Amino acid sequence: MIEAKSLCKRYGSFTAVNNLSFTVEAGQVLGFLGPNGAGKSTTMKMLTGFLRPTSGTALVNGIDVAEDSVAARMHIGYLPEGAPSYGEMTVRQFLAFIARARLIGSREVAGSVDKAIDKLNLSAVSQQPIETLSKGFKRRVGLAQAIIHDPQILILDEPTDGLDPNQKHEVRHLIQDMAHDKIIIISTHILEEVEAVCNRVMIIADGKLLADDTPHGLIAHSRYHRSVSMVVEGAERVASVLSELPEVAKAELRDGELTLFPAAESGLFEAITNAITDNQWEVSALRLEAGRLDEVFRSITRVEAAS
Amino acid sequence: MRGAINIMRRELTGYFATPVAYVFLVIFLVMTGIFTFYLGSFYERGIADLDPFFRFHPWLYLFLVPAISMRLWAEERHSGTIELLFTLPLTSVDAVLGKFLAAWLFIGLALLLTIPLWITVNYLGSPDNGVILAGYLGSWLMAGGFLAIGSCMSALTRNQVVAFILGVVVCFLFLLSGLPMVMNLFKGWAPQLVLDGIAGLSFFKHFADISKGVIDLRDLIYFALVVGFWLFANVLVLEIKKAE
Repeated sequence: MIEAKSLCKRYGSFTAVNNLSFTVEAGQVLGFLGPNGAGKSTTMKMLTGFLRPTSGTALVNGIDVAEDSVAARMHIGYLPEGAPSYGEMTVRQFLAFIARARLIGSREVAGSVDKAIDKLNLSAVSQQPIETLSKGFKRRVGLAQAIIHDPQILILDEPTDGLDPNQKHEVRHLIQDMAHDKIIIISTHILEEVEAVCNRVMIIADGKLLADDTPHGLIAHSRYHRSVSMVVEGAERVASVLSELPEVAKAELRDGELTLFPAAESGLFEAITNAITDNQWEVSALRLEAGRLDEVFRSITRVEAAS
Repeated sequence: MRGAINIMRRELTGYFATPVAYVFLVIFLVMTGIFTFYLGSFYERGIADLDPFFRFHPWLYLFLVPAISMRLWAEERHSGTIELLFTLPLTSVDAVLGKFLAAWLFIGLALLLTIPLWITVNYLGSPDNGVILAGYLGSWLMAGGFLAIGSCMSALTRNQVVAFILGVVVCFLFLLSGLPMVMNLFKGWAPQLVLDGIAGLSFFKHFADISKGVIDLRDLIYFALVVGFWLFANVLVLEIKKAE
């Protein structure tokens, strides 16, 4: 379990992380979401014992990270931002170094290195110096070193940055596979990633916690939540007809797509489908919106910036 | 300690995975050769000893040791691996010791590669091998002193060139402190205790003592203190500045 209690980090007069408190339990995949410079990385650096908080405490499985940093680090696997590694070493040498540093017994080092190489599909490049590898491979080497000791807590700073869509998919799979009995914290500014792997989201901006919810919960805040979008012949006429319905609060026409916002919790979709059949409109696309995370993200972080 | 040994192993693999090690070894050997045979008049003196070899070591180390030490921490900072290193379950002391030991062993290897010179004097005459052995020991200890200074300077910056220059300057001050031109500045007005203190700081004096063949406990303690002090400072600098 991770407990952050009023974590603060200040650099001179600049406050990078401002009074952040939260608890993460096993089985949770927590996504830190926020604009660049929001304090996501700084928070991760404090959880992993790299930075000392200016005030507040971070507990990792009950161990105060600032008090007994080395003991706390044993429970954690960490991928720092940019996946740094020692470029002159081969993948295998590097992973063996990390395994030994992670206090894996010398007999088990080779086995755990093999396992990590296997999990991240690195066998083709295992004897190559890391600096000769592509960005995607380097990122996977960084992930391999984070999971080599099978840690209970994984903290990954932008794990899929620089990967192609296939590699992103693989990494997300890997995270989901490990998720059930671990604590995983990832930071990202890719919204689809949050929807794909996280079961909890914290939106952070200017070092402050602005929202803490499930991805579904967040999406429900979207003004598009339960709205209906359609592409139809004679959209303007259709819009004026549909605006009259009691279920429709508002109609918006943008780029040839008509979006209708609900007046009540339910009934909008049925009312619209009935109107379509009654009027025999030619509809080429029709969908019920779950909500748009990017829109929620923007409204939450922008309100904050404006205030 | 296990952590320190693991770091040391990694550093040594690092040296030999890049041209750094080979370039350094070749330059070290060529330079010692030039100093010994040309500047030191090895043959012309007609004495079978290695004094012309050891005499120039302080000057050789002044530039070559900071060249080794400049990357120790500056590179970790520059490439971001310092964050990886300090989120592994090991202490700053482990990391500082491991890196220092690796570099020190590496310089020890460079010294070992000069053994043909030792064989040569034994072939040409009958030198006092005890004195030569003491010379090697003194030279290696002095290299440790230079290295500890250089390592601490490297921790101050993410730029290797800055680390190199800082290393050379501070090492130079330590070297100079025993020379007459520095001592003359203080003579006449400073009390004797201060004069002794300044003279006692110099690498020259302690290295000269050991390489005469007299291994005095005081000289050993001196080098141990110099290394200990600068490595301790190194740990402090890292603790304070590691995230910058």
